[in-house]
Amino acid sequence: MRELVRKLTETYGPSGVEEQIRATIRAEVEPLADDVRVDPLGSLVAHREGSGEGKRIVLAAHMDEIGVMVTYVDEKGFARFTGIGGVRAINCVGGRVAFEDGTTGVLGVEEKRSDADKVPKFEQLYIDVGASSRDDCPVKVGDAAAFVRPFVAQGNRLIAKAIDDRVGCAVLIEALRRLKKTPHDLYFIFTTQEEVGLRGARTSVYGIEPDLAIAVDVTLTGDMPESKPMAVELGRGPAVKVQDGGMIAHPEVRDLLVQCAEKAKIPYQMEVLERGTTDAAAMQVVRAGVPSGCISIPCRYVHTPSEMVDEGDVENGVRLLLEVLQTA
Amino acid sequence: MILKDLSEAIGVSGEEGGVRAVLLDAVQGLADEVRVDTMGNVLAVKRGAGRDRMRVMVAAHMDEIGLMVVGHDSDGFLQVRAVGGIDPRLLPGTLFQVGSDHIPGVVGIKPIHLVEDEEEEKVAKIEDLVLDIGAKSKDEAKRLAPIGTYAAFTTRFRKRGRVVSGKAFDDRVGCAVLVELLRGERFRFDLHAAFTVQEEIGLRGARVAAYAIEPDCAFALEGTIADDIPKDKDVSPTTQMGKGPAITIMDRSVIADRRLVRLLTDTADEIGIPYQIKQPGIGGTDAGAIHQTREGVPSVTVAVPCRYIHSPVALLSLDDFENTVRLMREALSRLTRRTLSR
Repeated sequence: MRELVRKLTETYGPSGVEEQIRATIRAEVEPLADDVRVDPLGSLVAHREGSGEGKRIVLAAHMDEIGVMVTYVDEKGFARFTGIGGVRAINCVGGRVAFEDGTTGVLGVEEKRSDADKVPKFEQLYIDVGASSRDDCPVKVGDAAAFVRPFVAQGNRLIAKAIDDRVGCAVLIEALRRLKKTPHDLYFIFTTQEEVGLRGARTSVYGIEPDLAIAVDVTLTGDMPESKPMAVELGRGPAVKVQDGGMIAHPEVRDLLVQCAEKAKIPYQMEVLERGTTDAAAMQVVRAGVPSGCISIPCRYVHTPSEMVDEGDVENGVRLLLEVLQTA
Repeated sequence: MILKDLSEAIGVSGEEGGVRAVLLDAVQGLADEVRVDTMGNVLAVKRGAGRDRMRVMVAAHMDEIGLMVVGHDSDGFLQVRAVGGIDPRLLPGTLFQVGSDHIPGVVGIKPIHLVEDEEEEKVAKIEDLVLDIGAKSKDEAKRLAPIGTYAAFTTRFRKRGRVVSGKAFDDRVGCAVLVELLRGERFRFDLHAAFTVQEEIGLRGARVAAYAIEPDCAFALEGTIADDIPKDKDVSPTTQMGKGPAITIMDRSVIADRRLVRLLTDTADEIGIPYQIKQPGIGGTDAGAIHQTREGVPSVTVAVPCRYIHSPVALLSLDDFENTVRLMREALSRLTRRTLSR
């Protein structure tokens, strides 16, 4: 699974430019599913048929990642940019980004700024791709780039960019791999454009009309020095979402996840996230409403190029998901 | 010129009747079916020439920003609030037409002779301004402009060479482009033209129009920001007037479908139409609502650059307007189901 997380996190795929990551995931799920399709907004839907007596269940993880987009190329060939999704300027300076064709850019900051002791604003940052003029600049307005950072496994910890939410994609793929017979009609959706507003999940679920939907995504933790209080820690198991900034998990789905964890003796923790949300928030209000919940993988440094999760939490996330699929 | 009639018509969000009348008249005979839906959108269908029943939605919004009367003070002045993105810096001294009788009203401002120094540097909030229709009493004000009365900008349309000026080019220019698209030959697919209401206050008309149309893909036509006035730093002008239609790749409401962006840029390159990519991350259009409809609709926005939108008067280049019509017509002529295959 470690190799799968490496492969997924190192693949390019900012919101709206998910072709490469979709192809990578497609290659993984194609041999495992009964059919695989791409929906109108680009989400990949892998369908595993049930025996007929179960429910129609959606499992969703988003394949897009945060990134940057070029807004202007100046006369000297430096590119200004804006964030795609929740990028923070404090995590940019000195970093590297890569465009779809592999072109690498360095993120620089204006030196002559009156508020140099403060966190820079996006307008004060630029991408340097080593060009010498606008004409020889290999990137143009509208081109999207993702952060660059190699995957590292150290002890039980996995460190990479885009663990949000490639680790969720890995959990889904691994569950699909290990899944034996199921009564349920299962739709494993790898959604697009989550980071810019849950846009792929909302439309994808409309087409499927499930009886139950579960998102697998990362959540924040409260276990770093001077971090804001939050009762989620790395290494204590996957988190069962109670609520976050965008949803209250359906109580029956929440309880189902807890019962499954208890029954299979899988460590778990309860999650209340004060800000931020997941695809589950969009899915639960599609059409007449879909009972929805979320299995969260605790993650430090979310939306930085070095997100960190515990490998045991990921493994237990797969086990919990499989348990649910054999119960629900 | 249809743009003149559309620009001078009144249609503040929620009361688009004036513009709707102009459009219903204009599309008469150009479309196979025309209807007005529950929200007030004008939906016109021009059937395809071929057998393919692919449904392509092209939307432009009819509504414009303005003011609404929310109260009357004892001296007969009107208290107002913004409908849509009104810039309070532009309000004092601006002339409006109030209600269906087009009563002239001016946003009250203290004569410059009486302004104190520090006052000069502040922007008054809309809550602190009044709209003055010259009413002598509260009762007269209530009678002439009851609560809920709309007020719109009054600017007349003008043309000088290839540049035109007028009000509400956002988005009457999009409406004008869409009328031109209906005017020409049939496309291979069914063209669903949607002239939408209430875009300026939350993309509300387009949402239900797209639900009803169930399109395979969609284009939103807009008048967008051209911020090409002099700047002290080498930064983006958002779009530039005279440099051709502006294609959106990402704004706050949508990430455009890449296949549709490619269709537009390939078409423009092939037949030599100038175009520009709008500065990403700015603004939002009906495409934001349309692409989130039902199972999702691949969407893109194409806009005519306009200087000073959301003010009483904007400027645009007729070259940009005509190039937008050409680009849309040529791109739609090349659009097939294969364009959307993955």
